[in-house]
Amino acid sequence: MNDKILMSGNEALAEGAIRAGCKFYAGYPITPQNELTAYMAVNLPKAGGIFIQAESELAAINMVFGAAAAGARAMTSSSSPGISLKQEGISYIAGAELPSVIINVMRGGPGLGNISPSQSDYFQATRGGGHGDYHCLVLAPSSVQESLDLMPLAFNLADKYRTPVMVLSDGMLGQMMEPVSVHSPQSTVHSKKLPEKKWALTGCRGRKPNVVKSFYMQEGGLEKFNLSLQKKYSEIRNKEQRFEMTNVKDAEVIIVAYGIMARIAKSAMQDLNNAGRKVGLIRPVSLWPFPKNAFREIEKSKHFKSFLVVEMSYGQMIEDVLLSVADKSKVDFLGRSGGGIPAEAEIIDKLKKIIRR
Amino acid sequence: MKKIIKRPRALKDVPTHYCPGCGHGIAHRLVAEVIDDLGIREKVIAVAPVGCAVIAYDYWDFDCSEAAHGRALAVATAIKRVRPENIVFTYQGDGDLAAIGANETLHAANRGENLTVIFINNAIYGMTGGQMAPTTLLGQTTVTTPDGRISQIHGYPLKISEILATLPGVKYVERVSLTSPPEIIKAKIAIKQAFKNQMDKIGFSLVEILSACPTYWGMSANDALSWMKGTMSKEFPLGRIK
Repeated sequence: MNDKILMSGNEALAEGAIRAGCKFYAGYPITPQNELTAYMAVNLPKAGGIFIQAESELAAINMVFGAAAAGARAMTSSSSPGISLKQEGISYIAGAELPSVIINVMRGGPGLGNISPSQSDYFQATRGGGHGDYHCLVLAPSSVQESLDLMPLAFNLADKYRTPVMVLSDGMLGQMMEPVSVHSPQSTVHSKKLPEKKWALTGCRGRKPNVVKSFYMQEGGLEKFNLSLQKKYSEIRNKEQRFEMTNVKDAEVIIVAYGIMARIAKSAMQDLNNAGRKVGLIRPVSLWPFPKNAFREIEKSKHFKSFLVVEMSYGQMIEDVLLSVADKSKVDFLGRSGGGIPAEAEIIDKLKKIIRR
Repeated sequence: MKKIIKRPRALKDVPTHYCPGCGHGIAHRLVAEVIDDLGIREKVIAVAPVGCAVIAYDYWDFDCSEAAHGRALAVATAIKRVRPENIVFTYQGDGDLAAIGANETLHAANRGENLTVIFINNAIYGMTGGQMAPTTLLGQTTVTTPDGRISQIHGYPLKISEILATLPGVKYVERVSLTSPPEIIKAKIAIKQAFKNQMDKIGFSLVEILSACPTYWGMSANDALSWMKGTMSKEFPLGRIK
């Protein structure tokens, strides 16, 4: 059965969210993610959901706070400068333990930057971004199909852990079009075994009132709460590492790249594999938790020489790679930013130099 | 002895943290009485403010959400859209509603969200220690206007109720004051109207309540009431605005 349809990465994220049972979307226009908002405006109400074009990014993320507090699967999307504005709300969402999904279709920064693709919001996404001791679970698709397929997982993880989940795309992945199977096994809702939302605000009929808050005035109250958050994060670190490994078994050099950069890196890898070179690829799918487990076995291999981290930034994920290998392995870097994208040929040149070394 | 008045069901029996002479206690009670009178305690969802009343949910006995400073009406918009069968209201101070949240206030009102807003105007920032609010009166001394509010430097007191009344999405605006028992009864009638409007799906309703802050006005509770009657009510005239 040929059920493939042509869609952009941004549209696939939106369609994936609707298929995951998203019932509330609020957003504010910003390039290069506008196709997502427009798709939601047309299709979410048809699926029984609520679409609001908010008056600002701040309003949009706080609408997500309200919708999630009321028990709905809720989402917003934006691009880098807009995500910076949403950080206040994301911190409150993490503090109030509200499940929600935030999409960042990254563009160049800092400041207004430009509308070219970039991966320079990695630190902001994986380190909290807003104030306080919290993390977002972060997932990074590398194709239009995966943009669709990761959305049910994003919503399920949000509900399971009562936490904000960020899906990190970029301007290239968001705007490129690919044929997508909308009936892929991953694109359906897997909401079995998810906890009931007994904490949600529904009116207190037949129960004690519920309070959604992140404010702990009493001495020691916040510390106790933060320790419970840390316990949750520790569980997520153990259970939710996701990655894809390709040709790593006999590899001398292993590229580490995520998102659209991993697609380009994979082509470079295949080119060198065809020429008989032993090159592999690790593609983190979860950026937080960072898939440290992927690095464990590789370092024991006799053939292995070094990692090459390739990013559309001047080096952000490389810090997680360095933490994962803990100085035991050599780690090289290739990165460009501000709209510059490491090309396949650049990656091949770099790999050849590393192999000759 | 016959009991003629009792604690509202919607108000918990707990000690207050508010300063002597503060209006929040009265305003909390009026909201709770109205919710009891209308029989909607099990349907209500409140959005508590940032500021002195941040722990309103420690006093009210129904579902409550917090909101970031100024974002109460964005949070309330989404709660009401997701659960139109519930009765959703925000309780906000002048800094929350008229300064940092002015954008959220203006746009929720302009969308005509079917919400009830309780707007506490005490012409000052209380919790953070008595700084100038958008509603601070000309000449009024605060810790950030030590020589009094001067229009050329600080602008004029912002009359948010009059501004909102110009919007077609806004259906009901009334300004009341907590200066005397008759005024407090009028305040309760206005609050009830604002909740009834939501129940009848009439639309965005706001009650601005002039409320005393003796601590940061640097006055006794009695002088604070006199100042509200004599000075504050001149700048912010009482009565139905829309």
